[in-house]
Amino acid sequence: MPDTLPADSVGIVTPQTYHFDAPIDLACGQTLENYDLVVETYGTLNADASNAVLICHALSGHHHAAGYHSAEDRKPGWWDSCIGPGKPIDTERFFVVSLNNLGGCHGSTGPNSINPETGKPFGPEFPVITVGDWVKSQALLADRLGIQCWAAVVGGSLGGMQALQWSLDYPDRLRHAVVIASTPRLTAQNIAFNEVARQAITSDREFHDGRYYDFDIVPRRGLMLARMVGHITYLSDASMGEKFGRELRDQAYKFGYGAEFQVESYLRYQGERFSESFDANTYLLMTRALDYFDPAYEFGGDLSKALAAASCEYLVLSFSTDWRFTPARSEEMVNAMIAARRKVSYAEVDAPWGHDAFLIPTPRYTDIFNAYMDRVAREVGA
Amino acid sequence: MRPDLEIIQQWVQPGHHVLDLGCGDGTLLDFLQRERGASGFGLEINPDHITTCMGRGVAVIEQNLDTQGLGNFDDGSFDIVLMTQALQAVRRPDKVLDEMLRVGDEGIVTFPNFAHWRLRWGLTLSGRMPESEALPYKWYNTPNIRLCTFKDFEALCRQKGIRIKSRRVVDGQHQNSWLARLWPNLLGEIAIYRITRET
Repeated sequence: MPDTLPADSVGIVTPQTYHFDAPIDLACGQTLENYDLVVETYGTLNADASNAVLICHALSGHHHAAGYHSAEDRKPGWWDSCIGPGKPIDTERFFVVSLNNLGGCHGSTGPNSINPETGKPFGPEFPVITVGDWVKSQALLADRLGIQCWAAVVGGSLGGMQALQWSLDYPDRLRHAVVIASTPRLTAQNIAFNEVARQAITSDREFHDGRYYDFDIVPRRGLMLARMVGHITYLSDASMGEKFGRELRDQAYKFGYGAEFQVESYLRYQGERFSESFDANTYLLMTRALDYFDPAYEFGGDLSKALAAASCEYLVLSFSTDWRFTPARSEEMVNAMIAARRKVSYAEVDAPWGHDAFLIPTPRYTDIFNAYMDRVAREVGA
Repeated sequence: MRPDLEIIQQWVQPGHHVLDLGCGDGTLLDFLQRERGASGFGLEINPDHITTCMGRGVAVIEQNLDTQGLGNFDDGSFDIVLMTQALQAVRRPDKVLDEMLRVGDEGIVTFPNFAHWRLRWGLTLSGRMPESEALPYKWYNTPNIRLCTFKDFEALCRQKGIRIKSRRVVDGQHQNSWLARLWPNLLGEIAIYRITRET
């Protein structure tokens, strides 16, 4: 944390754990008897509970979206650039709810939680969770918080998929869905990258079929490789080129296979850091949730038919250099919304950072986000 | 409101689904939504205009008519397709007209008349490309690359089997004058055409 708290920061925040005793039925057919969700909130819920905004996180995200946990924190929450006083998701006007999704590894019930039936971590026994399951659990959280209707459900990437799913599953419980750098379904190429990541994890000798907790070990190399390949898909060729080019760590080639190029050392470092803080089974689960997401599937592949159930307004944003979920995928979604006569606004923001651009406040992105959320706030009298 | 928009809004009925090609800052659509109970989308490419639309609750899609066309819109999916002061700025106005009347039952088109007497007179006297209030650009930087006269437009409509349901001619201040009604192609600066497919 900087020495003095920036005026546009939500400041020091404390996560809360909500325990749910009622069993939740999951898409896979299994039931979780009870579970915890870890939640952070920023801002104040107004009298008629109309100013609540739900933040849905992406693959490696969690509940800590904004502010700092303590003065010692090096970095703020993962979406601090967009959440805070005077920021697009203005905490002076909105009551912002951010949770760690079911199956996560940051405090909500997931594969590394203790299975009450066995007294040991769930590990591979933890059910595969879908985007629909997350939305269901988020709706139960909304009930608990006294929120009947969200002013907006907002998310980037996998978070955007949750926002879209919300609009289909609980059409009368949100006014706006903000779907950023997302897609209505993964392409074969997207699934292929996920499979490489999963193979990296499951083929690590330390993985032990997902029971590595029992051996007090983590499949660090697999997780690191998974993150490295994932990370490449989050950046663009241009942004990697600008950041690293062909720069060497030392002046000359060493004619060996160590991390000689800066980009190699960067990826290794990022992978290692990630492998220390993320659970391998959660990584498998999250990538599977991505693969399975396809709300049009039940409608013969016609997303506009799925959208017939929806009634909220949409903001869809894509980024020009995002090759993971390209602007064309967002446009596919937008065209289905148009065909279903849903109210939708769409812009493709020019930004060099690839998929990661949704986390980086560029002027146009911020302008659009500000303008749209300002209108949402006015609409609910916030 | 601009008088040409005033004329257009009278042709939009409550419940109409409207597509506005080159919707600018969304003034017209905003008005149609709030005052006429219409719904619809605007297409725009100017980033500032797009942001303004989003801020005022006008559904706007970033889409370039020249490069992307209207292929993402179904046949007959709109009651009215509007294009105010943009026909002269697209690469193929003829194709845009076809597309307008494919996706909409009716089109409303406005554009500046290149045969207005002041433009004719300016060209005759100075020998330079004319400029006017409606066409304030230099020849080398103008976005208006497909200038035409009312007569040209009407000839194209005839050729394409497009029926002109009505035509209103106004001057540079968008005022309706009896002179412009009398000699539109000479005295009218901007025309507002209401068009549909010949049945």
